[in-house]
Amino acid sequence: MSDQLDLAPATDLLTSQEYFVNMGPQHPSTHGVLRLVLTIDGEIIRKVEPHIGYIHRSIEKMCEKDTYRQIVHLTDRMDYLSCHINNEAVCLAVEQALQIEVPERVKVIRTIVDELTRLASHQLWWGVMGMDLGAITSFLYGFRDREMINDIFEETCGARLTMNYNVPGGLMFDIHPNFQKRTKDFVEHFKTKLPEYDQLLSDNPIFRARTEGIGYMSKEDAIAYGVTGPSGRASGFACDVRKRHPYGMYSQVEFKEILMTDGDCFARYKARILEMWESLRIIEQLIDNIPEGEFQAPTKQVIKLPKGEFYQRVETARGDFGVYIISDGNKSPYRLKFRSPGFSNLFVLDLVARGSKLADLVAIMSTFDYVMPDIDR
Amino acid sequence: MNNEALLQLLNTWAEGLETEENAQYLNVRVPAAQLHDFAFRLKNDEATSFDYLFCLSGVDWPEYMEVVYHLESTKHGHCMVLKSRTDGREDPRLDTVCDIWPTADAHEREAFDMFGIRFNNHPDLRRLLLTDDWEGYPMRKDYKDEINMIEL
Repeated sequence: MSDQLDLAPATDLLTSQEYFVNMGPQHPSTHGVLRLVLTIDGEIIRKVEPHIGYIHRSIEKMCEKDTYRQIVHLTDRMDYLSCHINNEAVCLAVEQALQIEVPERVKVIRTIVDELTRLASHQLWWGVMGMDLGAITSFLYGFRDREMINDIFEETCGARLTMNYNVPGGLMFDIHPNFQKRTKDFVEHFKTKLPEYDQLLSDNPIFRARTEGIGYMSKEDAIAYGVTGPSGRASGFACDVRKRHPYGMYSQVEFKEILMTDGDCFARYKARILEMWESLRIIEQLIDNIPEGEFQAPTKQVIKLPKGEFYQRVETARGDFGVYIISDGNKSPYRLKFRSPGFSNLFVLDLVARGSKLADLVAIMSTFDYVMPDIDR
Repeated sequence: MNNEALLQLLNTWAEGLETEENAQYLNVRVPAAQLHDFAFRLKNDEATSFDYLFCLSGVDWPEYMEVVYHLESTKHGHCMVLKSRTDGREDPRLDTVCDIWPTADAHEREAFDMFGIRFNNHPDLRRLLLTDDWEGYPMRKDYKDEINMIEL
């Protein structure tokens, strides 16, 4: 009986096979509707293939039918965590094309609002990052502090998400009388809370074990794949648009471009934490020095850009955001392209995640801080 | 390097370059046949070293398609715009630059998806944002879709 049993040799039983796994589109840590087709060998990732487009609304096509005033309000539907900065990009492009010089007051307010937006975005990212790695507390901390910024914005522009405050030529309306006081209160409050972030996550041995040395990206890869924002700067790619191509008040305030060399998950994490300190610094320098004056430069009701091409770059919370307008002289652009930072940042994932463990992919994605509507547009 | 010096240098590299006056960045249009070699040199030559492709856009013009490459050098800090036209709109083709700037891989897939521009030698030219069975190229000016597009 026994000699008829055809048992496979033990070595064959132990060899593994590569197989496909779908991560998403509804996975909680994909930060939106993103599907990753993973080729894995046991726990090791061999290939990551992002499938995007689940929230594609063809905003660029819609822009070809819209007026420049309307286009501004589509941009905050892309990267909703950098809404004011996206709005500003279109406004700056239009102002550049029409050669409008906006009042100094507008520039200062825009810069403060930009930095508050960046802080709110990083706070949300920090909270979600902890949660992705299993620490629920950080989510509550992050949202607690973000709430103060949301309250300031609610008072300023009337909304808490997909906010609109910038219009071509200036601002929709002047700041609320409480704006300065509440912003200063927030800065004071957050300065005492930011060290707590370090205590809770940055110095946490479990957190560090899950981020240090994980998901390495070299400076050369960051440049070649166009990875910008804190993710690129954590690899040493000096790409801060606020420093390289200053707009608003950035050429006149003091702040440091956070550059790191490690290029791993922890460096990307640390870069954002340090960036929050710099944002606070910028706000502190400006909040008491808002010059008196108009909150809008005079513009025509129907804006027609001269024939030509205009490109405007700004630094959102995720990186180098660009608006490329080709105008044929009409009230709508002939072609409008949004260069979204998340789009370029996403396609480096395959390179960065190869060879790491499946569980580490969550940490890697978290530190790249993807916002899907920004990528799909 | 400033724009004049850059343009002077580029003119020694290729024949038939066209430029646009009064543009924000230095605009150079290169014939499609020379695109790949020219782009390769832009990135690898010491004097230019345009290593960061920050934007790649397709544009649909009445007679042809155009691809616009926004370039920056992280070493020298200068920027320029490289453009190249396809031959007609029926079967628009250009050489890929994704072997020069890896970020172009996804951007070219988007341009293919939206404009139907085919990039020769692209390793994986598939639909990116739309489903694989989508018909037509939505960002083209003559695209019609009675269900998804609302005309006002």
